[in-house]
Amino acid sequence: MSGPPADDISVRADGVSKTFSLPREQLSTLKERVLHPTRRRRHDELRALRDVSFEVRTGEVFGIVGRNGSGKSTLMKCLAGIYQADAGEMWLRGRMAPFIELGVGFNPDLTAHDNVLVNAVMLGLTPDEARRRYASIMDFAELHDFAELKLKNYSSGMQVRLAFSVMVHVDADLLLIDEVLAVGDAAFQQKCFDVLQRSRAEGRTILLVTHDMHQVQRFCDRALLLERGRVVAIGDAADVARRYTAVNFSAPGDVAGEDGGLPPGDHDDGARLVDVWIQDAAGRRGTGLAQGAPCALCLRVRFERPVTDPIFHLALSDGHGRTVFAVSSEWDDGAGGDFGPGDVVTAGASFDNWLAPGRYELTAQVLHPGGGGRVMARAENAATAVVTGSRAAGGLVDIPHAFFFDRLNRPTPAAVDGTGG
Amino acid sequence: MSAAGAPAYRVRGPSALGGDPRRFWNLARTLAATDWKVRFYGSALGYVWSLLRPLMLFAIVYFVFSYVIDAGAGVEHYGVMLLLAMTLYFFFSEVTGSGVTSMVDRESLLRKVGFPRAVVPLAVAMVAALNLLLNLVVLVVFVAASGVQPRWTWLLLPIPLVLMLVFATGVAMLLSALYVRYRDVRPIWDVVLQALFYATPVLYPIERVIEHSQTLATLALLNPLAALIQESRHLLTGAPPVTEALGAPGLVAIPVALLAGVTWLGFRVFDRMAPRAAEEL
Repeated sequence: MSGPPADDISVRADGVSKTFSLPREQLSTLKERVLHPTRRRRHDELRALRDVSFEVRTGEVFGIVGRNGSGKSTLMKCLAGIYQADAGEMWLRGRMAPFIELGVGFNPDLTAHDNVLVNAVMLGLTPDEARRRYASIMDFAELHDFAELKLKNYSSGMQVRLAFSVMVHVDADLLLIDEVLAVGDAAFQQKCFDVLQRSRAEGRTILLVTHDMHQVQRFCDRALLLERGRVVAIGDAADVARRYTAVNFSAPGDVAGEDGGLPPGDHDDGARLVDVWIQDAAGRRGTGLAQGAPCALCLRVRFERPVTDPIFHLALSDGHGRTVFAVSSEWDDGAGGDFGPGDVVTAGASFDNWLAPGRYELTAQVLHPGGGGRVMARAENAATAVVTGSRAAGGLVDIPHAFFFDRLNRPTPAAVDGTGG
Repeated sequence: MSAAGAPAYRVRGPSALGGDPRRFWNLARTLAATDWKVRFYGSALGYVWSLLRPLMLFAIVYFVFSYVIDAGAGVEHYGVMLLLAMTLYFFFSEVTGSGVTSMVDRESLLRKVGFPRAVVPLAVAMVAALNLLLNLVVLVVFVAASGVQPRWTWLLLPIPLVLMLVFATGVAMLLSALYVRYRDVRPIWDVVLQALFYATPVLYPIERVIEHSQTLATLALLNPLAALIQESRHLLTGAPPVTEALGAPGLVAIPVALLAGVTWLGFRVFDRMAPRAAEEL
């Protein structure tokens, strides 16, 4: 199967493979080569991509998911023309703009203004077009006040905003986006979401690399799951996301293992967390939650051993790892009962969302009854929510409130025209 | 906005030149323009320095070597020839010296965007070429002041200048490609540049060498850099042409072949390295 793809296909990869050779001993200076003339440079082979094939239709949002090191970024770099694939064919249609490693390659010694011009040209505009679009790029990034600041004085969040803004302004038909939604503040993430929605409506094709299954379910039409450089699943986004979750969160030990979590003996295999999610009032799962609206933290657990009155525990933590909000069935009545092997339970807590705008992670646990906190199953940071709000908030929560003030030193009429007399 | 009508194209991976000359040119001049700008950040006089600096440096060199040291005793228009040779040598030194690290300096761009890789060393050469032009403008002042008679050979001066640009770019491509893998290239090239400065008739006129030993003069002029500088001197002030200074006119084939060979090698090495530049950085 070679030659150009069908008319409605914007991206086609056909048997793409990429191997990196990593020198086992670093012999990179001449001295080392002269001192060890007979020593061959030995290489370890890292097969980053193995026979990857897929097609993306024009106008589709296509997710690429997989764990760290599964080859997602390598695949993006091959498509973006940064790496040379060893084998296979790749076809693209239309102008492509990459957003890789959180940026488009800024120069820290140049001002934002110059960086924007250079990178817009890098991404395919002519210098004239780049100058004409400069203002709207800075508007979108909300960085007009910092236009003459060198990039090295920018915070990483500001740099990402600027880079993303450049990328969405170059009229690309095809966006290759690697993990942009993981950074930036809530307001910026909201903006990214809006752009992605609008791009989709305009018929642009988007390839989105992410770790976040809720993003995949929310934004992507279809998705691809990579594991050690191989395609293990491809198809409907929700199915692929479920497959990823199943692979990576299948046993409590695995969940803890990825985060270095629980010491041995701290939990047993008495139960298995099948799913952990956050949903809005309509029951939709997704990363975005509007402030002020009802939402719910949920877990689904399958018991493997009999237990009476287990405790369901859900905790939300913010970007700094602080627990912002936690609920436990231990503190509320009515969640008890006897459960046997094979019983599946959905538990959760619904509440009006008055969290401050920001990104939150949900950790779910099922514990044995009684004190001691013996854990049956645990999934750490298993779901993500981004709370979006229209106002800024200063604390961890934005409790419904009414602002009042009363001015005590109200100037008297006499003081106002006091010069008279 | 929809790509439905656009033709599909095959991803060829990164290369030295890419397939779109207009895009190549836009990239090179944009990179060169920002490089040029960054030189004058934070200085009150800004671009004025690009003329003022060579003007003052030339005045000092002209005064010291023409009146204090008198290195060119008996050679007509020695001062002007010295300034021309220095201008050309510093051009070569700037292109190759900044060229060595150019690919590594642009690492963040190379790792994140696919674009024709040769843009990077070419932008370095373009910045240096602009600098060379400004220096030549300043040089005109000294040419006029020292009373060199205008001659028709001035019209031919662009030929050695363009050859110099091509040669320096070829060397810069070779070095920048090697430097990606072998970081020793930089200190080695620093030393080579220093040696070249003295091995090339810059401070001393070739006529002085010929008086001592024709063999030494011939050896010095086999170096393409020296040959180009000598030919420029000839065209500007009527100094002996390369063919004459070499002793045997046929020997001119050697610097010409070296120039072509090194430039070709530079391009070949760069072209082979370009597809893997992003992963080896």
